[in-house]
Amino acid sequence: MGLKRIIVDYLGRSLDPQKRRERKSFQESLEQNIWGLVVMVAIVVSIGGIVEIVPLFYLDNTVEKLTKEEDGIRPYTALELEGRDVYIREGCYLCHSQMIRPFRDEKERYGHYSLAAESKYDHPFQWGSKRTGPDLARVGGKYSDEWHIQHLRAPRSLVPESVMPNYAFLEKHSIDASLTEKKMRALAAVGVPYSNEDFVGAAAAVQGKTEMDALVAYLQVLGTMVKFEPGKDYRE
Amino acid sequence: MHNVSSEGQNYNLTIVKWFAICAVIYLVVGALVGDFIAWELAFPSLNLNEYLSFGRIRPLHTNAVIFAFGGCTLMATAFYVVQRTCAVPLWSNKLAWFTFWGWNLIIVLAVVSFPLGWTQGKEYAELEWPIDILIAVVWLSYMFNFIMTIANRRSSHIYVANWFFLGMMIMITYLHVVNSLAVPVTMTKSYSIFSGVHDAMIQWWWGHNAVGFFLTAGFLGIMYYFIPKQADLPIYSYRLSVLHFWALMFGYVWLGAHHLQYTALPDWAGSLGAAVSIAMIIPSWGGAINGLMTLSGAWNKLREDYVLRFLIVSLAFYAMSTFEGPVMSLKTVNALSHYTDWTIGHVHSGALGWVAMVSIGAIYHLVTRLWKTEIYSVGLVNGHFWIHTIGTVIYICAMWVSGIMQGLMWRATDDYGNLAYTFAETVVAMHPYYVLRSVGGLLVLLGSLIMLYNIVMTIRTAGQPKVAAARA
Repeated sequence: MGLKRIIVDYLGRSLDPQKRRERKSFQESLEQNIWGLVVMVAIVVSIGGIVEIVPLFYLDNTVEKLTKEEDGIRPYTALELEGRDVYIREGCYLCHSQMIRPFRDEKERYGHYSLAAESKYDHPFQWGSKRTGPDLARVGGKYSDEWHIQHLRAPRSLVPESVMPNYAFLEKHSIDASLTEKKMRALAAVGVPYSNEDFVGAAAAVQGKTEMDALVAYLQVLGTMVKFEPGKDYRE
Repeated sequence: MHNVSSEGQNYNLTIVKWFAICAVIYLVVGALVGDFIAWELAFPSLNLNEYLSFGRIRPLHTNAVIFAFGGCTLMATAFYVVQRTCAVPLWSNKLAWFTFWGWNLIIVLAVVSFPLGWTQGKEYAELEWPIDILIAVVWLSYMFNFIMTIANRRSSHIYVANWFFLGMMIMITYLHVVNSLAVPVTMTKSYSIFSGVHDAMIQWWWGHNAVGFFLTAGFLGIMYYFIPKQADLPIYSYRLSVLHFWALMFGYVWLGAHHLQYTALPDWAGSLGAAVSIAMIIPSWGGAINGLMTLSGAWNKLREDYVLRFLIVSLAFYAMSTFEGPVMSLKTVNALSHYTDWTIGHVHSGALGWVAMVSIGAIYHLVTRLWKTEIYSVGLVNGHFWIHTIGTVIYICAMWVSGIMQGLMWRATDDYGNLAYTFAETVVAMHPYYVLRSVGGLLVLLGSLIMLYNIVMTIRTAGQPKVAAARA
């Protein structure tokens, strides 16, 4: 009762209209001026984003610096890029993460923790937020192409416990080769270093390939571009 | 509260009616799709074809409940509250109808987009760029009409519910525009202009503030009008509402980074996000306490008033999930909870417990006022309350158990330091909880169907003489 009394008294005083009218607070003037309120809210909600997001674009250590020997990070090939688009279209990121955290169990299960540099050409990022299925950040090279094809066709034929949908239909869809160059040019416009040769060769590289081929090519390159130096700390 | 009578006013209540009806229909649709994908996770053979596979229609569920159900509820209530508290009709009826048809067009386009796999691949912002532009235009029409109605007001002060609606509208404009920036390839394909770590931070700045502003600030606006109205009591504390409004506006924006603990996002950003997350318990509970204490001395109203029950229990869930959230943002807890079903459970305690229940309460209240009638069946409202509450509790508990179990199984090692379980073994262990979760979701769906029936019957029988039912 004591505390409640104090709170009610304290707060109640400010409700006394007589007392409030004596001196108009900033709050009160905002409550009577919609444009003032709009501007104040717009300012207050901007601060967090400015402090937390903007520095990421200019701080040098946001994306790790790798040595020449380590750094094999390159833009996706035409076929891998098409595979990545299938991955995004099918919403794979809703059940599979691509972001290994620096924990012992994750190292055992998935491999070296992920670096920011490894997804620097990923528009959009595919780190995911949920592991209904396992992390895929370093799935590249762990299984054969044949394994992936069979697993995508009918996941439970290889992993009986799996709850993944069947993706057999990917074998029936062929890649639209007319779009690949356009996609690469769009990515180049936002900073992915594709060269003229990449553009010229794009259509030929995916001609006659199925979505299954493309997706498997993408999965097989995941997490394979960096040669990690054992024992080195990549995060400050 | 401004005691303004609706009599003699030219309020546009038709638009409110239509948005309210849409909200109820979209609640049913959103719950139906949600429960279907929940069953898919329990029984994968339900992924019948490419158009109905989990990965394609999960965005349909999230978009349907957040933007179709949540959006229509926010539009119905904001347009209602702003007219009543400012004592003037909407600034423009034409613009309001543009908002209505535009928003529904967006929803139809979403229903077409997702099964076909047209997506930007960013959670809760999946719609492709032409639809994103449409969303921005329709959203601005909503905000502009709202602001201009306040500018025209006859009351001297702007009522607290409107501050929250306004904060939500401004922040969502920022978030949507920045997070959706993309370079188009075709009409149905584009790439985010951001990549990797920058894209991740911006996505979760959007993601957590879709929760913080769309699903919290907006619904606090609903709370600040409908609880005092339904209880017929003034808001507990004006000072508290001022404090928690500004704290919420300032603080929520920072939280996104806590979705990226231990990832390749620099550590300082994640720690900052977690620190502010902890501090956010104070403004969040400020809001919950302000709503709950409004009933101080009049708790007996809950015994008979089923609509008030929805509104008050929603605040209990709000208080619970705004405590759970900061706990989950702590690095040690996050190390276990991240990537697991615990996150899904947390989201649903907020979504089913807080957002859906405060909306349902507000819509029942609205329907009786708009059609000037009593609710068709008070018993069905009570039934809906219990079935929804039980369904929500089952859902949350199933996800707590499966989430924590998942996290523990992933990290468990045997005496020799080897991993104790394969990933497939953890999937099997989830099965009973996935079934249980689907049952919880089914109850929520059933409840929403009861609501739809009750509201349709209320509208159909409006104007007919009725046996005086208990005040609802």
